[in-house]
Amino acid sequence: MTAPALLTVDGLTVRFRLRDAVVHAVTDLSLTLRSGELLAVVGESGCGKSVLAHALLGLLPRNATVTGQARLHAPGRDEVDLIGAGERHLARHVRGRGVGLVPQSPATALTPVRTGRKLLEETLRAHGHTRRDAPAAADRIAADVGLDAADLNRYPHELSGGMAQRLATALALAPDPPVLLADEPTTGLDRPLVDHTLDLLRRRCDTGAAVLLITHDLAAARRVADTVAVMYASRIVEHRPAEALFDGPAHPYTAGLLDALPDRAFTPVPGHPPSLTDLPGGCAFAPRCARATDTCDRLPRLAADGAGRVACHHPLREEVPA
Amino acid sequence: MTITVPGATDTAAPGGAPAGGLAAHQVSVAYGGQRVLDRVDLHIAPGETVGLRGPSGSGKSTLARVLALLHAPDSGHVTIDGQPLGGVRHRLPAALRTRVAVLFQSPRAATDPRLSLADIVAEPLRATGTPREQAAARAAELADLAGLTPDLLTRRPHAVSDGQLQRACLARALVHRPDYLLCDEATAMLDASTQAHVAAVIGDYQRRQGAGVLVITHDPALMARWATRVVDLPTA
Repeated sequence: MTAPALLTVDGLTVRFRLRDAVVHAVTDLSLTLRSGELLAVVGESGCGKSVLAHALLGLLPRNATVTGQARLHAPGRDEVDLIGAGERHLARHVRGRGVGLVPQSPATALTPVRTGRKLLEETLRAHGHTRRDAPAAADRIAADVGLDAADLNRYPHELSGGMAQRLATALALAPDPPVLLADEPTTGLDRPLVDHTLDLLRRRCDTGAAVLLITHDLAAARRVADTVAVMYASRIVEHRPAEALFDGPAHPYTAGLLDALPDRAFTPVPGHPPSLTDLPGGCAFAPRCARATDTCDRLPRLAADGAGRVACHHPLREEVPA
Repeated sequence: MTITVPGATDTAAPGGAPAGGLAAHQVSVAYGGQRVLDRVDLHIAPGETVGLRGPSGSGKSTLARVLALLHAPDSGHVTIDGQPLGGVRHRLPAALRTRVAVLFQSPRAATDPRLSLADIVAEPLRATGTPREQAAARAAELADLAGLTPDLLTRRPHAVSDGQLQRACLARALVHRPDYLLCDEATAMLDASTQAHVAAVIGDYQRRQGAGVLVITHDPALMARWATRVVDLPTA
């Protein structure tokens, strides 16, 4: 009954070498993304969320070292090892076709010297459409994302932030990839546009794709996600179905983040997130945690907890292990 | 082509100039023939938090720039405590223009990448002739208030997160003890915890200083929580 897995990530670890330090950007991250699933990865800025998306697309800078596994199982195609595959293979078979990216900043992701229509038709032709049927397909996709034909004929600098975001989304959807990564796709949009963009991603899932939504916006995650993974200091600290996470968080950090929401307590998590170049050996959240004890000097394992996973020695909701 | 929705949106500013506060009077702005503000009134009294709401492109940011004395309106004018201001930016004496501070949405676009965070915070003081040491001391005090640890102050923008950089921008905005603080989507790109922290720092400052605050946000929950009064800006 379980939907097929489209993306499996196992023990993914990303390090950046700097002149005098090592940045622990992603540590031992494992997750499975199934057909029809929308997984939101949430966390404070600088916790490693975006690096995850870039690692899966092989878009990290040269000073990055990636270990662990990430496999794409696109239906009807050969399995691809996203970490081991060479640049040539990624460029020809994976980016766009296998794994689409809705970028964080459309203003910098769009080619400034082409109109939206040119960009979209070019993408469609690279993915099997003929010169003759590309214009109609472009109109259809543009209408899907809420761009009208007149807007499509503009250059990126003539578009508002919201329109540019819709164009970038249309470009990601055009090749119909089984897995879609959306990296902060709603930053800077107003609420109706945020909802529109999220609903587009949701509809994508409902037709069998899988979406990894990277966001700092908990309300966005709540609106569309099936499951939510909370990242803190490069690790997943909690991962469970969205409703369970919002109603009964187990990790004190998740609880703290939820309490910071303006429609909840509106109080910040005390203290500051640790620097990724200098992480403690034990639980990275312990210095900010009211429940911390000596036990927290040991690193908590991300272990099964009810319908999800949590990495905490003192979770808020003790589930009896089955 | 202009649909003339009379822009008088602010019911708390009934005719004439209220004695205290930062106010826009019948302000109109057009960019190349495109009217974005049409005879808009807005009044921010000392101590209150006014929320400004409106669809994308309704001129919220433009109105904030006019109130921040950064953009001269095509018609209409801005008053502080009933005194009309003739001119914008450096046309105004420092004592006047430093009474209004702004916090923008993108801290990256609002900071000089060559400066350390300490210099970014101290910049407005140095620009008005405060001696270097005095400026540094005041900057350190505000950085602490905004929740920046001393190790971050020596870094430049590329080496800190958006949340940390926005805290530096907040410290910079408060460095002249402004009477009015305008927040244009200032927390939109921040995570929930940093957003709550920034709002709390602003709230504390406001209580201590009796400052008036303008909050522009698309987030209805944040608006409901933060603003004591909400003004709707119709599309011009």
